[in-house]
Amino acid sequence: MSQPFRRSSGGHIDRTQPITVSFNGKTLHGYRGDTIASMLIASGSHLAGRSFKYHRPRGILSHGSDEPNALLSVDWRPEKGEGRRDPNNRASVVEARSGLKTATQNHWPSLETDIGAVNDLLSPVFVAGFYYKTFMWPRKFWDKVYEPFIRKAAGLGDAPEVPDADRYANRHAHADILVVGAGPAGLSAALAASEDGSKRVILADEGFKLGGALLNDVTSEIDGKPAAVWVEEMVAQLDARENVIVLPRTTVFGYYNHNHIAMVERVADHRDNAPDGLARERLWQVRASKVIIAAGSHERPLVFENNDRPGIMLAESARAFINRYAVLPGKSLVVATCGASAYRTALDAKAAGMDVKIVDIRLGEDCGPELAEARSAGIDVLTGHTVVKALGTKRVTGVVVAPLGNDGSVGTRRTLTCDCVAMSGGWTPSVHLFSQSRGKLAFDASLDAFLPGQSAQEEVSAGACHGIYDLSEIIADGYKAGGSDTSVSATATFTGFQPVRVLPTDADPKKVKAFIDFQNDVTAKDIKLAVREGFESIEHVKRYTTTGMATDQGKTSNMNALGLVAGLLDRPLPAIGTTTFRPPYTPVTFGALVGPSREDRFEPVRTTAIDPWAVANGAEFEPVGQWRRAHYFPKAGEDMHAAVARECKAVRTSVGIFDASTLGKIEVVGPDAAEFMNRIYTNAWAKLKVGGCRYGLMLGENGFVMDDGVVARLAEDRFHVTTTTGGAPRVFQHMEDYLQTEWPDLDVFITSITEQWAAIAVQGPNARKVVEPFVSDIDMSEGAFPHMAVREGFICGVPTRLFRVSFTGETGFEVNVPVDYAEAVWKTLYEEGRKYDITPYGTETMHVLRCEMGFIIVGQETDGTATPDDVGLSGLVSKKKPDFVGMRSLARPDMLLPDRKQLVGILAKDPNEVLEEGAQVVEDPSLPVPVPMIGHVTSSYFSSNCGRSIAMAMIKGGRARIDQTVWVTTPKGFTEATISTSVFHTVQGEKVDA
Amino acid sequence: MLLIRCPHCGNRPEIEFHCGGEAHIARPETPSEMTDQHWAEFLYYRTNPKGMHAERWQHRHGCGRWFNALRDTVTDKFAATYEMGSPRPDLAATPAPARTA
Repeated sequence: MSQPFRRSSGGHIDRTQPITVSFNGKTLHGYRGDTIASMLIASGSHLAGRSFKYHRPRGILSHGSDEPNALLSVDWRPEKGEGRRDPNNRASVVEARSGLKTATQNHWPSLETDIGAVNDLLSPVFVAGFYYKTFMWPRKFWDKVYEPFIRKAAGLGDAPEVPDADRYANRHAHADILVVGAGPAGLSAALAASEDGSKRVILADEGFKLGGALLNDVTSEIDGKPAAVWVEEMVAQLDARENVIVLPRTTVFGYYNHNHIAMVERVADHRDNAPDGLARERLWQVRASKVIIAAGSHERPLVFENNDRPGIMLAESARAFINRYAVLPGKSLVVATCGASAYRTALDAKAAGMDVKIVDIRLGEDCGPELAEARSAGIDVLTGHTVVKALGTKRVTGVVVAPLGNDGSVGTRRTLTCDCVAMSGGWTPSVHLFSQSRGKLAFDASLDAFLPGQSAQEEVSAGACHGIYDLSEIIADGYKAGGSDTSVSATATFTGFQPVRVLPTDADPKKVKAFIDFQNDVTAKDIKLAVREGFESIEHVKRYTTTGMATDQGKTSNMNALGLVAGLLDRPLPAIGTTTFRPPYTPVTFGALVGPSREDRFEPVRTTAIDPWAVANGAEFEPVGQWRRAHYFPKAGEDMHAAVARECKAVRTSVGIFDASTLGKIEVVGPDAAEFMNRIYTNAWAKLKVGGCRYGLMLGENGFVMDDGVVARLAEDRFHVTTTTGGAPRVFQHMEDYLQTEWPDLDVFITSITEQWAAIAVQGPNARKVVEPFVSDIDMSEGAFPHMAVREGFICGVPTRLFRVSFTGETGFEVNVPVDYAEAVWKTLYEEGRKYDITPYGTETMHVLRCEMGFIIVGQETDGTATPDDVGLSGLVSKKKPDFVGMRSLARPDMLLPDRKQLVGILAKDPNEVLEEGAQVVEDPSLPVPVPMIGHVTSSYFSSNCGRSIAMAMIKGGRARIDQTVWVTTPKGFTEATISTSVFHTVQGEKVDA
Repeated sequence: MLLIRCPHCGNRPEIEFHCGGEAHIARPETPSEMTDQHWAEFLYYRTNPKGMHAERWQHRHGCGRWFNALRDTVTDKFAATYEMGSPRPDLAATPAPARTA
């Protein structure tokens, strides 16, 4: 029989829908409504993984998302090929479906026989902080020996190695009330909150079936109805309301500012035959006016030796498996507890036919009505007893218990044989989301728990996460949070527990492994060691021992760790405080967070109107900001070096054509436009005539070069400003800021026209011959249209703003045309240019040509700390203007120091050696390290026109060092070079500096 | 993500906005007459308070307008947003109600 531990009836499973799941290559049998954990238990096994550090066999601790042990690799659609597997899925919440391929993790060669388990014997080495102690020395061993070994030996699942084949969706929503959790409190709150049909309510629950803990409950009645029936009726009412969105399988994982809530909905993983294209998961971002947190609570494990053996689980989880999933966790159960709620598990297990004993650390007189009820059901109850240890390795075979004396002494041991243990160390309200909302926690000693205190946002907690455990009170609290005073009568709940941090034992505590944090393999011994070594802050203990730092965020372990530290330091628990809860509440796939923003949609690529031509003509591209720009145009057999050398020669000897459309363009318009330009740029603009251009320099208020570009005056009140490609948005916002906030009196409008005008640069001695035949309404004669002028007219019959400018030193035109015509104009000019062997060139050639002329590129020669004088442009700074942005800063003492870095040329001694951009420059490499550095190389190329390598550098007091020999770092050591002026090429044609 | 009330467009998510640092620091009328120290203070010195902070914001990906806001740097709550050029609102005149759980 494949499901020997399946009960014959009951449970929230559909026995008409049998399913099979692959588990480590074997077949598990179950039904719709099962999880992988319940199917495994139905098969009679609890072994579900190996632990992080010691490779101890581990079973299923929990039935919920707090499960620390049973982490599986799941291939959700193996039939569809690769890319649909992810690691570290909790077996306890994976909704079982035929076709899933699951596997356990962190073992070799197999789950049953794991070589790594030798770590368990070596555990004296792996104490708290062992990384810091054991592997300190020798230092060089860390990278090559220690870290690879540790990484292989320790760890959870393997990260996927192929791209995620699924698609993920993203949705934004607004809600008047968002309810987190659909247990008794959440259902009540949602029903009350949605009573007013005008209120939009969203109810989200991480489970695939609504009802929370009531799904585990077969004994409680609410208003005379079985709990399960009450749940069905509540859900039916909510489903019927049009103002309610009910979202099962939806985890609220992040509570951010101003009630911005992030949740992930699992859309497809549970579906048979999910249609192609259906998103696997959907990220919801909800802005809620109010949030009702009804997140429930987490049960604490008991801390005793070998409390991690498979078959040992939380008491409420045992109840969930027995009642909700109709599987028995074994035949013979020991319930170990320090509180009342576990008695319900014992009673339900007994009713299900299991052999049951209870070991309660409390004295009989400290127990409530649960004790009598258990005894009257025929269950043996040992009160005032401790659990000393569990027996068995891959499955618990028994527990050793002993009575506690009045003085706390441990009495005579006896062994209880069993094949499963249900333990309860009390309850911890789930305050994760409240804490994420920046609310202040308050410690309640009577509940031994941190509860929501002062709120920071519009939210309220209800039910168990609010410290309320009795069913009728939970429901009333939910209704109250939803704005109703409705009350119900429900079966009384067994509540109350007597907190115990580590169960008393007579064993040598140094030899005992009693686990606090199962996922990170942190024992009580580790925490004691950390405190003994002086770690007193809980944040330090956490980081030193790694307790609470695993993917379960310490849901089951936090309070036990805090309580133990408080006890060791003999301080009250609230004085220890608690660690910070951070999103996500449970792990979230990267796919959900990224959504559709991947591959081509990760960041939009901006292309120019000429881009299709460049593609068709074999350009190699490079990204410049968001733009894709042609880098160079190789001919057959050419590498980049050869192509650039050819392109550079062509521009200097005949004519080249270059797509300059990415340059930022801003139109500055208005009666006060010239005054505005005067204030924003260092140059004086008042005297620039209509039709004239000027090279403009812009500073930040701190006096450093911010941007540059040619500015054309199209009319008295209209300027066409160009900016660097990358600086366009920054310059625009800089202008907008000053206009709006400092000079609102100026009558000026600015408009970005980067996307409206394409720019085609035609450069070289034959440039005029290429452009002139197509121009109309513009006098192209040298006298009428000199260098640094702009004319408006037509080219190829379409409007143009024709600039006579040059960034190469050669005669040049920049043909600005509306983008829709740009490709046609480019092709026309290119065809005409064939008469002169016109050469298309890319950004690399543009860079080399401008470097030959000593022209700077803002952002390459400058780094945000260069003044105009530093880069040799003090001539562009008006001495007559009373003020402009950055002017006052230029007079600050540090801006005038003689040893500031200045722009110079630098020539390697070997003319074939191209220095590295960014290389440091020193005067004397024989000085002891660190050698004082006098500057760095900013631009460096091989110039075919100069017949040698050329470079620019920013050098301390550089202009006084011309002809000085310096040394430049290279990957092979220092190389000799000479400081020079920064103009390397002399052109007979244009005087390019305006 | 913060929810910010643009005085012109209403409540919008933070990604539509750009923060421009401390507000009510007017650019001096005649910078060249200022001492180095005073100019440095204008350029670089900021109050950086723990608590209510007047700061500049721009609804960059919306209407494009700059405005001022009062934001509590501890809680990130906005007490007010107001147009450029308006004086800093007197919050003491209209105290925000305290809230408890």
